[in-house]
Amino acid sequence: MLAAVLSLGGIGLTAAVALGFAAKKFAVEVDPRELALLEVLSGANCGACGYPGCAAYAKAVAKGEAAASLCPTGGQATIEQIAHIMGVAAVAAEPQVAVVLCQGDSARAKAKYHYLGLHDCNAAQKIADGPKECPGGCLGLGTCARVCPFGAIEMTAQGLAVISREKCTGCRKCVAACPRQVIAMTPLGATVHVLCNSHDKGAVARKYCQLACIACHICVKTAPGAYVVENNLARALYPNPKEAVAAVGKCPTKCIRDFSDGYPEGSTFAPPVVKAADA
Amino acid sequence: MKLKTFPGGLHPPDNKQWSAHKPIETCALPEELTIQLAQHIGAPAEACVQKGERVKRGQVVGQAKGFVSVPVHASSSGEVVAVEPRPHPSGRRLPAVVIRPDGEDAWIEDLTAADPHSLAPDALRERIRAAGVVGLGGATFPTHVKLSPPEGKKIDTLIVNGVECEPYLSADHRLMLEEPERVLDGIAILQRALGVARALIGIEANKPDAIALMRKICAGSAIEVVPLQVKYPQGAEKQLILALTGREVPSGGLPMDVGVVVQNVGTAAAVADAVRRGQPLIERIATVAGPGIKEPKNLRVRVGTPLAHLVTCCGGLSGEPAKIIMGGPMMGAAQLGLDVPVTRGTSGLLLFREQDLPLRLESPCIRCGRCVRVCPARIVPTAIAACGRRDLIEEAADLGAMDCIECGCCTYTCPAAIPLVQAIRQAKGAILAQRRKI
Amino acid sequence: MATSSLYLSSSPHIRAEQDSAQIMRAVIYALLPACAVSVYFFGPPALMVLIVATAGCVSCEWLCQRAMGRPSTVADGSAALTGILLALNLPPHSPWWLALIGAAVAIGIGKQVYGGLGGNPFNPALVARVVLLISFPVQMTTWHGPAPLLSGVDAVTTATPLGEMKTAVMLTGQLPPDLQGRFGDYFLGHMAGSLGEVSAAALLLGALYLFWKNILTWHIPVSYLGTVILVAGLFWWIDPTRYPNPLFHLLTGGLMLGALYMATDMVTSPVTGRGMLIFGVGCGLLTVLIRLFGGYPEGVSFAILLMNAATPLIDRFSKPKKFGYVAPG
Repeated sequence: MLAAVLSLGGIGLTAAVALGFAAKKFAVEVDPRELALLEVLSGANCGACGYPGCAAYAKAVAKGEAAASLCPTGGQATIEQIAHIMGVAAVAAEPQVAVVLCQGDSARAKAKYHYLGLHDCNAAQKIADGPKECPGGCLGLGTCARVCPFGAIEMTAQGLAVISREKCTGCRKCVAACPRQVIAMTPLGATVHVLCNSHDKGAVARKYCQLACIACHICVKTAPGAYVVENNLARALYPNPKEAVAAVGKCPTKCIRDFSDGYPEGSTFAPPVVKAADA
Repeated sequence: MKLKTFPGGLHPPDNKQWSAHKPIETCALPEELTIQLAQHIGAPAEACVQKGERVKRGQVVGQAKGFVSVPVHASSSGEVVAVEPRPHPSGRRLPAVVIRPDGEDAWIEDLTAADPHSLAPDALRERIRAAGVVGLGGATFPTHVKLSPPEGKKIDTLIVNGVECEPYLSADHRLMLEEPERVLDGIAILQRALGVARALIGIEANKPDAIALMRKICAGSAIEVVPLQVKYPQGAEKQLILALTGREVPSGGLPMDVGVVVQNVGTAAAVADAVRRGQPLIERIATVAGPGIKEPKNLRVRVGTPLAHLVTCCGGLSGEPAKIIMGGPMMGAAQLGLDVPVTRGTSGLLLFREQDLPLRLESPCIRCGRCVRVCPARIVPTAIAACGRRDLIEEAADLGAMDCIECGCCTYTCPAAIPLVQAIRQAKGAILAQRRKI
Repeated sequence: MATSSLYLSSSPHIRAEQDSAQIMRAVIYALLPACAVSVYFFGPPALMVLIVATAGCVSCEWLCQRAMGRPSTVADGSAALTGILLALNLPPHSPWWLALIGAAVAIGIGKQVYGGLGGNPFNPALVARVVLLISFPVQMTTWHGPAPLLSGVDAVTTATPLGEMKTAVMLTGQLPPDLQGRFGDYFLGHMAGSLGEVSAAALLLGALYLFWKNILTWHIPVSYLGTVILVAGLFWWIDPTRYPNPLFHLLTGGLMLGALYMATDMVTSPVTGRGMLIFGVGCGLLTVLIRLFGGYPEGVSFAILLMNAATPLIDRFSKPKKFGYVAPG
């Protein structure tokens, strides 16, 4: 009994001493600011800052190599905390969130063919330029939703990607993943968008999608300064001027949407609560 | 005696009985010929004719751009009605020269005949290039480039591919049976261009008549006809080289790295036309088959003929088509419609109705290992596909994703209906994209 | 609504006939002879175990998938197959609740927790068997002798041949005298044992069917059984009074069932031929060592589970040599 206590105790003591010695001798010098920064960063490792993960960004900021304002996921609050730790002034940045510029789900937009194969937008796009007749519309196979680290993207039952403006942190992973470049970054406060991404002439676009923009210019006439039509496609200007809302009801194909009235049909997200815009 | 073969591979149903016994029929000229400018590997040709111009059969309508490129020619005489994007076998609309044949089918005047054995190898290569000869096995690689190995690559063997391992296709088979002299002529020219004495013709054992006939024709020459075990994909370049010579093309390498050049029998025949008769490549033999066509046939068809015209020449459809395939069923490309034109790479047209299609939903991988057993490239398809889907790009590369020859054996045999080739192609794309960034 | 009704996909455009569900069904058919023999030798209690285990597995899978919000995949037959395999691993007179708990463990812990079909690292039926063995050792080691239907013989609790061997060797250091004379009985199944393990004949019949259907390959059965023969044979040669001969090992205990149906489970065994051979050798070695020197009379379940754990490593190191492989440097 005594032998057991002594031997196990001896082993424990030796191990503790050895570990303590190693902890001191082989200790790595870490800038305490780096640890503080890691605490305030979101830890999502999304890469939006341009660094491979939060630890790398924290290290770069502590070294003074990276700006304090590169992390979009925590919003202004995080930027201020980072600035505070580093002892610099916080830069006010307008948060940008992603929006899918398309409403053409399977009920409204024509398919080019029946697609069989990997349930991935990039894979489908390689086959005859994608299973949708519209060259710019959302393919609805969910690649963006799968790549979003924050669960901000949902696929409606009819195959349309919708991004929650409240959950989106602006990391841009979806923008990179989409083969059709149908996702655009817009200021958080902007709720009026032209949900179409096709540059085809109106008559052509209308044939393959009920909600296509036909570049009729009614939006520009109703609210000049809020929209611009380029290459057969209207585009809302950001930040939305107050008049932008007026064109929503006037658009003949209903491709302009005010998200504060609700997300596109099929989405389960509650309409975003618009923060008081300083317009 | 045991026939030579390669490791891996499988045996899909042959389905050649529908057309293998049918002599080649010449397909009548269609109302419109759409000569696509991108019909080969390398830079697409540049149009050199305009709307309204009258052209003759064999006239250059698109000039080659650079070394790895070939000119494209008018397949018949007539008027150029348009130079604009038109449906292309890739599913996109690409620039093409559209000709309305005038019915005369007159050749250009300056076609010059020549004796191949009086021409130097460089001259041979130039005639082959000017005629727009590309690999007719389906890859459409410019032949003159294949015949120009860089300094330091010593070629000692020419392999002629008469295997035609894809199910349904019998065009090469009929070519060997009906025009063996043209093939032999072409082989001799290729030998001269490469400066090789040794030539081997590989033919699968399911074509005994072709083997016998080619042996008879080649008797007395240095060309050896070698029968091979019937297995898909015996016709794949690397597998063919291994079976015939025992040499393994190194990973990332080309046949010339083991001293070999491979050419399809159809390419050899086209080379004979180009060098001896000065005729550019404007027509080829294609098999029209599948359960969706009334009369499967082997057709001699002009480049630019719409697939719909081929269907008419074969008695029409025997049901609503659900899948249109250009090429064979294992590696061919599904088409958007019958308005796509025949190109130099069109080895076949297959029509399937909905009831002929394996419309299975993907289910989880059960790790049965069949894909590993059949893979001729000896890689692990299920692991690579899984890595590709999870964005583990380096691991996919380590597992050999770039060695995949996209033969389709893995996907054919997978009981869970996982689109393995598609997933590996995605991984390959991601690997190449990453390499470009570095 | 589509512009065209054509289907487009990546190549290839044709597929082999056999799909996953057909494979599961074929294995179920292959096990029917063993099931029939078990009911013949052990009567209605065996049938009850079979039904409860199978129905239990199918229901458990349906419930788990429903609870996880996933589509139900019971139609692919894999849950039913797990149920049959589980039943074949249980003592024939097992109470209904034992079979039910086993089913829940097999599917719930052995399979669904890992994401369902294809995701589990361990053979689900064996996971259940081992959990039951450790949790309910009495019920799991109560064996009944064969009481063939219509023979008038009553079932009595008795030891399995392996159990007899273990006890005798532990007590006397020698094999019991009449143990190795009854090979005819052992081959047909006239002995005590779990539901499915007794009849080597019935199991081999099913295995031949699976070979014919190209579902079973030779690698694991040959390497597993071959290793057992070699290793057990070595010990038998060293001391035949203490170690039974290899044929005894082959025909008793769960070895036939294990080598033909449990170790060969596709999901939990290596994917390459070379890997499968290594796997089989490992199983064989462990089985013999546990049987001869371990605390349990039967080593098959533990041997297979241990080798299942090694499968990812085996896969990693047994990849085929790539075509045209150029060694670096």
